Amino acid sequence: MIALLGIAFIALIAVIIAAGLISTFGGSLGLRKVANIGFVVFCVGGAVLALSALAAILASLLANGFGGINLAVFTQDTPAPGSTGGLRNAILGSIAMCLEGMVIAIFVGIAAGTWLAEYADRNNYTKTYGSIVRFVNDVLLSAPSILVGLFIYTVLVAKGIPVLSVVSLGHFSGIAGGVALSLLAVPVVTRTTEDVLRLQSRQLRESGVALGAPLWVTIRAILWKAAQGGMITGVLLAFARISGETAPLLFTALNNQFNGLNFKIEDAFGLNAPTANIPVVIFNFALSAYDDWRRLAWVGSLLIAAAVLGINILVRVLSAEQKRS
Amino acid sequence: MNAPTTPETYESFTEEVPDAKLETKGLDFFYGKNQSLYGINIGFKRNAVTALIGPSGCGKSTLLRALNRIYALYPGQRAEGQILLDNQNILDRGQDLGQLRAKVGMVFQQPTPFPMSIYDNVAFGVRLYEKLSKADLNNRVEESLRRAALWTEVKDKLQSSGLGLSGGQQQRLCVARGIAVRPAVLLLDEPASALDPISTAKLEETIVELKADITIVIVTHNLQQAARISDNAAFMYLGRLIEFAKTERLFDNPRASRTADYITGRFG
Repeated sequence: MIALLGIAFIALIAVIIAAGLISTFGGSLGLRKVANIGFVVFCVGGAVLALSALAAILASLLANGFGGINLAVFTQDTPAPGSTGGLRNAILGSIAMCLEGMVIAIFVGIAAGTWLAEYADRNNYTKTYGSIVRFVNDVLLSAPSILVGLFIYTVLVAKGIPVLSVVSLGHFSGIAGGVALSLLAVPVVTRTTEDVLRLQSRQLRESGVALGAPLWVTIRAILWKAAQGGMITGVLLAFARISGETAPLLFTALNNQFNGLNFKIEDAFGLNAPTANIPVVIFNFALSAYDDWRRLAWVGSLLIAAAVLGINILVRVLSAEQKRS
Repeated sequence: MNAPTTPETYESFTEEVPDAKLETKGLDFFYGKNQSLYGINIGFKRNAVTALIGPSGCGKSTLLRALNRIYALYPGQRAEGQILLDNQNILDRGQDLGQLRAKVGMVFQQPTPFPMSIYDNVAFGVRLYEKLSKADLNNRVEESLRRAALWTEVKDKLQSSGLGLSGGQQQRLCVARGIAVRPAVLLLDEPASALDPISTAKLEETIVELKADITIVIVTHNLQQAARISDNAAFMYLGRLIEFAKTERLFDNPRASRTADYITGRFG
């Protein structure tokens, strides 16, 4: 079965390459019709290739994970090998750390994006600084997330590094996990905020100022409102990006067999300790020798995929509504 | 099809406006190193409409944008000389720009309704500078919408979005928003160029009614419009004020040959 799929895949790629070659060189030979068909096959084949990979992932997730979903998944914590359990602590931990990361990212990202769009062009110094910030932000946008995890590990988790030990908590914690996630979300929020603010017309900006409103009031009351839809989209996409991240959590939040979360602010909501989360649970359980652990890993994968899919659908719906109004 | 050559000297005919509400003296304007206005002396008559006409790039919009210092948003743009509002130089360093812009309102070429309700659009500027009771604010909004000739069209949907109005209605909403703060001067930058003829006619009526207690300066490419609604008119060319006179005089009997060429359609 797998071998057949593999052969079909390779055949598909061969057809795409052949079609691409025909459409590239066919034109000069006067074989326009052939070239045209070749190009259509090239494009359709590419789309089928991309979609089939995605469909295969979704299908295997559903096939392996759907059967494992039951009430216990949401009400019990991760089990010891051989006993029954669920993913409650991992689900709650993931939600808590994603929220922590998003709160940081929303403040930092919207502030940075607004500065880049509205204030960075003030003079040559701010312009230079702005282009550096923009460049670094773009680099961070595609930075390997494992580097972000290691960075936060050295800053917030490891002890004994001079200077950094002042801020370091000295142990794995949900706080460090959330900060690591925020570093991945900030560039997305910054970028989209700057882009949608720059899309607003110069006259809209000026008409707020022309009424006597200071620029910051104009930005807060008018421009943010006009750019609201795009900014929310950016925040949701950032949320979708970080909700499945494993690497930044491996070195920061680690894992926890129990649910330590609570609503006590003086206890940092229980995040000042290693915190369970779905991606790391998947990572641990999927590689284990125990069938029930592996089943839970599939369930966790399905839950994350469903959450990301849900967020993306929400983004679609919101931006469609934005266009209609 | 000969391109007009830059003359060495500019013959210039201007008239004094006694008791002008707003006045420029030797106004130069710079975009970075490029000078775009040269020694403009012009007086805007109190409670009257003054039209600024001239070919594209002649500096009429630049002059308008100097009058409420909206250009100050952009570093590198600067004005030199004097702009006197009630004999106070608004180019002074200590000038509070917020207060100035509350007194000198502006309406732009494209309608720019804020992304909020019609009511909030009009109340936005008022709330910045005045603490009015709910009833007083309601009255102010109604009064402003009435004066902008929009009240009958929107009185039943004040809470719906300003973005849902037609282009002409949006532009009158912008006028209502501008006059709600009770400015002394209203600057209009080609306010009708994006509107159809009926909306334009309504807007012109509004402008003529507003001059009862507001000094109005309007930039327009439409010479008929300038002739219809303005009391005084100024013709500008290449950053200079070429001719400034009563509107009938400027259109019927221009003194500068450039003005005559422009209004008869020989160039520009």
